[in-house]
Amino acid sequence: MTSRVFHRIQLPPVSVMIAGIVLVVILLLAIFTPLIAPIDPRNVSSYSLVDMEIPPVFMDGGDPRFLLGTDNQGRDLVSVILFGLRISILIGVGAVLLAASIGVALGSIAGYFGGIIDTVVMRVADVLVSFPTILVALLVSGIARAQLGPETVSTWAPVILILAIAVNEWVQYARTVRGSSMVEISRDYVRAAKVIGLPSGRIILRHILPNVMSSVMVIATLNLAGAILTEATLSFLGAGMPATYPSLGTLIRIGNEFLFSGLWWIAVMPAAVLVVLVLAVNVVGDYLRDRFNPKLMTN
Amino acid sequence: MENATPPVLDIRNLRVEYPLANGTLLVAVNDVDLTIQPGEIHALVGESGAGKTTVGNALMGLLQAPGRIASGSITIDGKPIDIRTGRTAGIVPGRDVGAIFQDPMTSLNPLFTVESQLCEGMLTHLKIGRREARARALELMKAVSIPEPERRLGSYPHQLSGGQRQRVVIATALACGPRLIVADEPTTALDVSVQAQILKLIRDLADERRVGVLLVTHNMGVVAEIADRVTIMQNGCLVESGLARDVLTAPKAPYARTLIAAVPPIDTRLERLPIPSEATRATLDAREAVRAKNTNTVAGRNGEAALTVRDLCVEYGQSSFMPGRKTSVFKAVKNVSFEVRRGEIFGLVGESGCGKTTVANTIAGLVKQSSGTIDFQGTSLAARREKSVRQSLQMVFQDPYSALNPRLRINAAIAEPILFYRLASNSAEARLDAETLLEAVGLPIEAGARFAHAFSGGQRQRIAIARSLGPRPSLLICDEPTSALDVSVQAQILNLLKDLRDLAGLSMLFISHDLAVIRQMCDRVAVMKAGEIVELADTETLFSAPAHDYTSELLRLAPSLDRILSREGRKATV
Repeated sequence: MTSRVFHRIQLPPVSVMIAGIVLVVILLLAIFTPLIAPIDPRNVSSYSLVDMEIPPVFMDGGDPRFLLGTDNQGRDLVSVILFGLRISILIGVGAVLLAASIGVALGSIAGYFGGIIDTVVMRVADVLVSFPTILVALLVSGIARAQLGPETVSTWAPVILILAIAVNEWVQYARTVRGSSMVEISRDYVRAAKVIGLPSGRIILRHILPNVMSSVMVIATLNLAGAILTEATLSFLGAGMPATYPSLGTLIRIGNEFLFSGLWWIAVMPAAVLVVLVLAVNVVGDYLRDRFNPKLMTN
Repeated sequence: MENATPPVLDIRNLRVEYPLANGTLLVAVNDVDLTIQPGEIHALVGESGAGKTTVGNALMGLLQAPGRIASGSITIDGKPIDIRTGRTAGIVPGRDVGAIFQDPMTSLNPLFTVESQLCEGMLTHLKIGRREARARALELMKAVSIPEPERRLGSYPHQLSGGQRQRVVIATALACGPRLIVADEPTTALDVSVQAQILKLIRDLADERRVGVLLVTHNMGVVAEIADRVTIMQNGCLVESGLARDVLTAPKAPYARTLIAAVPPIDTRLERLPIPSEATRATLDAREAVRAKNTNTVAGRNGEAALTVRDLCVEYGQSSFMPGRKTSVFKAVKNVSFEVRRGEIFGLVGESGCGKTTVANTIAGLVKQSSGTIDFQGTSLAARREKSVRQSLQMVFQDPYSALNPRLRINAAIAEPILFYRLASNSAEARLDAETLLEAVGLPIEAGARFAHAFSGGQRQRIAIARSLGPRPSLLICDEPTSALDVSVQAQILNLLKDLRDLAGLSMLFISHDLAVIRQMCDRVAVMKAGEIVELADTETLFSAPAHDYTSELLRLAPSLDRILSREGRKATV
């Protein structure tokens, strides 16, 4: 009883520590993929059809060159998954950054100025969140496909996916930042900045935003998992990354076609990696949320 | 019979400790003795951090973990408290000890009616039926003099005024017939007129019901008004204890003397409030430097108006669904006119909700006026203002804890306006200016490298004042600059503001609800009530011969140390 408040253990719980370590390892793998991966899935000469459909090493007929086996084109699954992981994380992080930038900008402007600006921004936000993210993302990538042609689309696929996901996700940031900004605006230091005569832009950037960013960080972490899953879903449905440049979702879709012909590892291996990634992000995100939630903070 | 009854509260050698994260102990209360007889009001005074609230919490079993009673004894109504558990056999908090807290807004649950909150304790503790509890609740409502008690039983807290709410809280504290009531700053959140009524109510209840009251407060006026005995605490230790009259008129301990001397008197005007440490050489030099740079102001008073407010009206309206139409207009400020002369401190005084802060905010440009004009140095102030106008008009806010951006270092916060108005050519120069300003308000220049949370309320208010001086203003608006501060810190800030006025030739609009502070600070005063100025006069005239009934009422009700002490025939103490 005596040690609960002041002697509170500063280290996070073990589950969070493990998740954090897993996350760091995954991020390092994704960053250094080109150096680690045995083959480059985009370079046709680095693999051969001769090696197709080899099971993982721990099964009969496994080949020590291919730790997790190969897919239907003879590509080493470890390499494909590593490159897929890289793409998935890139799109997830990109979408979160874009959504957060749009959301923070619009939210702080709406909260600071209020009135008609606030009404317009928040009503647009209300309308947008009435559509499921997947539906909006499908629409955006569908329109892009129709307008730009398959060539351009497969080159620009990551950018289109980032846009498609961010279009809906910024709303959460905007709402949170707007709310927190309105709280900060009523504080005397913001009023003091107004009386000093500082221009609005400077007050928002220098005085309000630094004080609302901690909640943005928390939403960003939690949304990262969602964005990665959305990308995986889109790719699984065929509206995402092309088979020539696969993300984890694309890999699962390809594997899905062979699932019932006994080649389970082609789908299950990337799916397992996706689950581990999302789980790790979520555990860390939940911890951060509890940590920074002002209602749970005991000062 | 009275002498036969044991004291309702007997605290001996109380020591309360908080173990800290680094393994050391924070001693919040150290070796405190305190005795309360039935019907006696015992005031526990001291500045924030003195440990007075901790004493109250300790005897109610409300100490927050890991705080604990380390040694000593507490006896309530003859029954000792087990200091390890904070409980005693036979003494139940809520039944035998009632509590009145500071803020009547938060000490009642907004979701329940007055009746259910009053009855809750009785149903739990007294083993009586709902009907009987209701009858008692009605009696209690009458005892605390709430108008229309029967109708009010069915009201929710938001339907009551602040004073009525505090009466309900007192009724709740009395519900189970306690022997002892702990009242922690019971009137701090209330206006003077309501405060006077609540204090009288507490005094009457102590007399009639023979209840002992532990009155925790920082307000010496309140102590003088109703307390029989007083204990002064500093840093967790008992400094002086005795009959209120003796301690207040002839304090023996040096700290008690300083504390009582720092209370601004309402009946006389002092040149400076007595404080132990006066300005150092460095501070004086820095002030001279600030003055030399401040060419914006005209030194000395020449009777010219620096600010003229004419027929100012401010309305708040909730806009209806129809565009351009407003429903339920509330007139916060009605036809207010006054002028602030150069080098003058002009006071605006009134109770909460009288519109004084709205006037300040309108002049500062934070609120738009509905009609009327504000002339400042020859220009008419509209919502859009020239940079030079914004520069010469600065403001100090009430709450020093929210007035500083927690993410900015103090130097950066002070240098920001200096750089913005190009009063320094580069950031190094602005930093030097900021350091000079810090010294001018009596803080070391090392303070500049730290963040706001490292400072106490008084220090933060100094920083806020330094920041407002950065743009070299000619008019400073001070909105209740000391109401969140302890009395000795208040004395320092008031002296500082006076010095700055004298040195830098600043004009000031000084807003306060505290008449004693107004008397010490202002040259002329306007009294506001319900959005209007009811009286405007020289400070001395206003205080010696108030022309308006409302002014004399305010003066009469303000708890004042001197007046009560000089009053003869005070009720004999227990």
